[in-house]
Amino acid sequence: MTTTTATSRGFGYRHPNLRLAGLLSAPMAWLVVVYLGSLAALFLTAFWTVDDFTGQLVRTFTLKNFQQVFTSSAYLGSVVRTLGIALLVTLFCLVLAMPLAFFMARVARPSWRPLLVALVLTPLWASYLVKVYAWRAMLQPETGVLGWFLAPFGLDSPGYGFLGIVITLTYLWLPYMILPIYAGLTRLPDSMLDASADLGAKGGRTFRSVVMPIIFPSIVAGSVFTFSLSLGDYITAQIVGGKVTMLGNIVQTTYVTNLPFAAAVATIPVVIVLLYLFAVRRSGALDNL
Amino acid sequence: MSISRGTKIVLSIFAVIAFGFIYVPLGVILINSFSVDKSLTWPPSGFTTEWWGKAVQNEGVREALVTSVGVAVVATLLALVLGTLLALALGRYAFFGRESISMLVILPIALPGIVTGIALNNVFTTFLGGLTIVTLIVGHATFCIVVVFNNTIARIRRMGGNVEEASADLGAGGWTTFRLVTFPLMRSALVAGAILAFGLSFDEIIVTTFTAGPGITTLPIWIYQNLFRPNQAPIVNVVAAALVIVSILPIYVAQRFSNADERGAGLI
Repeated sequence: MTTTTATSRGFGYRHPNLRLAGLLSAPMAWLVVVYLGSLAALFLTAFWTVDDFTGQLVRTFTLKNFQQVFTSSAYLGSVVRTLGIALLVTLFCLVLAMPLAFFMARVARPSWRPLLVALVLTPLWASYLVKVYAWRAMLQPETGVLGWFLAPFGLDSPGYGFLGIVITLTYLWLPYMILPIYAGLTRLPDSMLDASADLGAKGGRTFRSVVMPIIFPSIVAGSVFTFSLSLGDYITAQIVGGKVTMLGNIVQTTYVTNLPFAAAVATIPVVIVLLYLFAVRRSGALDNL
Repeated sequence: MSISRGTKIVLSIFAVIAFGFIYVPLGVILINSFSVDKSLTWPPSGFTTEWWGKAVQNEGVREALVTSVGVAVVATLLALVLGTLLALALGRYAFFGRESISMLVILPIALPGIVTGIALNNVFTTFLGGLTIVTLIVGHATFCIVVVFNNTIARIRRMGGNVEEASADLGAGGWTTFRLVTFPLMRSALVAGAILAFGLSFDEIIVTTFTAGPGITTLPIWIYQNLFRPNQAPIVNVVAAALVIVSILPIYVAQRFSNADERGAGLI
């Protein structure tokens, strides 16, 4: 995109650079100074320590916090468990979202589409905490809805724990996966599918060779949400996790007494998310966010 | 690709189950709010509207609601200004670092909330001498900018620069063009962005936990504090049910402002 054509009118139009600077200064000051500054300060803190006796910050560079995370089996287990939860949630969301989005975009009558989209969107507006609370009622070991529903089949509620966290997070982030895939599928021209069929491809082949390449960026865009939102969550673990803890719980319980250590733990999901974002940037998925 | 009848039936059944998965928990919340039981119990042993009356009169709930709305309104206004400025800059100019800025603006929602939370908490307590309602609003506005930005820049790109150039050719200055041409064309995108930003702020719990001053209770914080308290379940159930009902509103409003496909793309 080129700069706006200069005209004889208006100071701003004659000085596009000044105009640009004027537009950018306030938001940049906010995002760079307040936000990036805070992040930078946090990550700097991760390399400091806290004096055991005085509780004061010791501002000398050390890798002690990271060593502590990666040499303790409890902390390491938490890293692995959190990654596992985030990956499982992303996978579950994908498995649920693909057929549903396909139904919405290709099977349901076009006149139903706005309603179906609204049905997917509405739960996004329901409070996060309310939805987690709903799953507390669903998963409750003895008087829960799921247990009541499953009892006639001889099954039991999964209760609070690892599976409870995965189910609840899948529930929370599912719309973030459905919507981009749905949008991708509606952009898919019918003519392309017809062409594929004319060339002799069966449903499965068309799906693999035509549909998938086109909606892949949408899937990646959805997975950015499901993955990164799961990675940093700790409230869900508190409410439906029972004794199971995630990385966020460690950060939350240590930041008051040992901020450097909490910062070091918080760095882990950030590094993972950033690596993921840079890896997927090339796919063009971020334009879909 | 012609989809076979069998596939269609299977997909339809799947869709019904999937929508069931999405709506049953919300339905449970609504039903529980009328339960006579003092703790979470399914199925409820009886029904009453008593708790709805008690919740409406609950002082804590009322105060939390007022705080939440106030914080969300101010954070939304800040995000509207900052997000629109940023969208105008990135949508209309090509310059070095533009890609980096568009990455930077999504960071506050791409990074885990707890990271944004403790990063801001650290800086606010170290340099600003503590947490107040201002730090809470700053925290909220930071992640609200992105939704306003996303909605507005999508509109600006679709709009193209021609109308503004035409306006300039007809003799309008920069401000007049913005007031009479650019802004009216962006208005519905701004409304959608503002609703989203308000919703995000109203619902936020993690960043709130780390940036709110002592004693400041937003509605999510109130729910969280009362979640594990024995005998508070009935009131929490009612507040939860009320929030579920209210969540239909923005969808209704959004529907009036833009068509279906735009909404699907614009609201995430």
